[in-house]
Amino acid sequence: MPVGRLSSAFARAKAENRAALVAYVMAGDPSLEVCAAILHALPKAGVDVIELGFPFTDPMADGPSIQRAGIRALKNGTTLRKTMALAEQFRQNHPETPLIVMGYLNPVETMGYGAFARHAAEVGIDGAIIVDAPPEEDAELRAAMQASDLALIRLATPTTDAKRLPAVVAGVSGFVYYVSVAGITGDKAIETADIAEAVAAVREASGLPVAVGFGIKTPEAAARTAKIADGVVVGSALVDVIASAHETGGNVAEAATAFCQSLSQAIAQAR
Amino acid sequence: MDARNSWGSYPDAQGRFGQFGGRFVAETLMPNILALQQAYEDAKADPSFQETLDVFLRDYVGRPSPLYFAERLTDHFGGAKIYFKRDELNHTGAHKINNCMGQIFLAMRMGKTRIIAETGAGQHGVATATVCARFGLPCIVYMGATDVERQSPNVFRMKLLGAEVRPVDAGTATLKDAMNEALRDWVTNVKDTFYIIGTVAGPHPYPQLVRDFQSVIGRETKQQMLEREGRLPDALVACIGGGSNAIGLFHPFLEDESVKIYGVEAAGHGIETGLHAAALTGGRPGVLHGNRTYLLQNDDGQIMDAHSISAGLDYPGVGPEHAFLKDTGRATYLSATDDEALEAFQLCARLEGILPALEPSHALARVGEIAKDVGKGGIVVMNLCGRGDKDIFTIANALGAKI
Repeated sequence: MPVGRLSSAFARAKAENRAALVAYVMAGDPSLEVCAAILHALPKAGVDVIELGFPFTDPMADGPSIQRAGIRALKNGTTLRKTMALAEQFRQNHPETPLIVMGYLNPVETMGYGAFARHAAEVGIDGAIIVDAPPEEDAELRAAMQASDLALIRLATPTTDAKRLPAVVAGVSGFVYYVSVAGITGDKAIETADIAEAVAAVREASGLPVAVGFGIKTPEAAARTAKIADGVVVGSALVDVIASAHETGGNVAEAATAFCQSLSQAIAQAR
Repeated sequence: MDARNSWGSYPDAQGRFGQFGGRFVAETLMPNILALQQAYEDAKADPSFQETLDVFLRDYVGRPSPLYFAERLTDHFGGAKIYFKRDELNHTGAHKINNCMGQIFLAMRMGKTRIIAETGAGQHGVATATVCARFGLPCIVYMGATDVERQSPNVFRMKLLGAEVRPVDAGTATLKDAMNEALRDWVTNVKDTFYIIGTVAGPHPYPQLVRDFQSVIGRETKQQMLEREGRLPDALVACIGGGSNAIGLFHPFLEDESVKIYGVEAAGHGIETGLHAAALTGGRPGVLHGNRTYLLQNDDGQIMDAHSISAGLDYPGVGPEHAFLKDTGRATYLSATDDEALEAFQLCARLEGILPALEPSHALARVGEIAKDVGKGGIVVMNLCGRGDKDIFTIANALGAKI
């Protein structure tokens, strides 16, 4: 029950009166082995949902941190198939923590929509976010995902107006990812006051939990976001922690754990 | 309805040319793309838009560009008569300004106050900087760091025109990376910014509106040819990077079935070496920069580096309408290597007294064979879409000369 795994994770967090912590890491960054160790450590560090990025040469919606992570991953020979193998390895030890993959459409098209969805379901992936597949272009992907009982998570943004919102949330399952700033990943600091209203609107239109991301870098920002959202997504900041631990020869999995714990504690005490 | 008799009906409402094209962008950009489409449709329905544009194309750009009978090249090859559509004589030295003039009027109509663009060879950057200077709008041009290096005269021209040139170090530091960076800028500044895309790629409606603004090339050619020769040409030839000059020449002739259409891609060191920029010849369909088209890519769907001596053709994709024209068989796509383009460049300089840009030199490299194939008594038109002044350093380097 992949979609069920996502719903349960958000329901568990809600029952504990807190937001869920959603953490993004790039597959194969800094290496496939270390990435596997990071993934293995995340549930214990308080991460409720894992977003596993698969690299693309031309990540047009990502800022410098995730661009660089993608380049490192590609240099390590990371592919969509190897990303799925990492997910499979994770799933063997972690039956409950939902894991979704996130990336761009071309590697998915290359694999084929049906093959992508079937293979993802087989290895225990729960859903996918495909950044450059807006509702206008994702019908085929959506059908393939539904056939394999996988969640298709869409992005809603500050530019998604009331007229457009129903189309954006139609056919979505799992949760909705609200991009809190119009921009690339990791770019600007988050302004929580501006987004509370938008999050409520997305929640009402979709009937699903709303996770907020883009620009959350500190436990303080995570706590502010946790007051108004069902989930808090941390991406670039975690990717930076991983990169810096790797560069300085530190224990990367421990550094990622410590950072996620600080976020998770801040979120737990936010409400 | 038979697709072959209704070329003008593409793209469809979803921005598709058959399976190609579309709007593969992040949600943040979607509302902007839809607003642009609406603004373009409104502009098309407003006669004053085209009237104003026509005045500027005449008095500022210098249109119509001449249709020139290249007599000595014709004699040299001994086949069909070869004509050049001389878009290199436009203000700023290439066809790019036709499109920039159209898009700047669209930007002003939409009330946008900041202009961004990507550029490869720098011709589109110069053309964008030019129209921004003329209409008093701030202009930021993204350019791959590699291209900044090899096209330094154009970088300086853009700066003289008041534009800010931002070198892009990411990826291969060429045109595709400049386009990624421009898209990132646009995602971040959606409210006030208009993105002037320079080729017939990107999300719908760009492939359509750039084509429409460039189609002035083909419309003039048709009229000039009928005046000069009393008939349509037998073949059209143009170089293909993204393919904007080519589609501009081709589009008004698509329904004239007697006119053969040839695009020439950049084969770099040779298609067989893998070091080329010929997406149609050596790639397969995929999704990049907002549209589905032929792309140079590996088995994992990662985009591969393009290679060409010509910065303007150094792009791993191609406009979606060209992908459609290839698959339907309406157009034939050939390629020419760096060396063949250099040779054609020198031939044109010596026989016609014209220094073509390296981009149309690729088209020129195949013109002789096409002219022979069409045969004596026939007519071939090639789009001489840019002048070679910008390339003299690259060419000197390739020929081992010092300047």
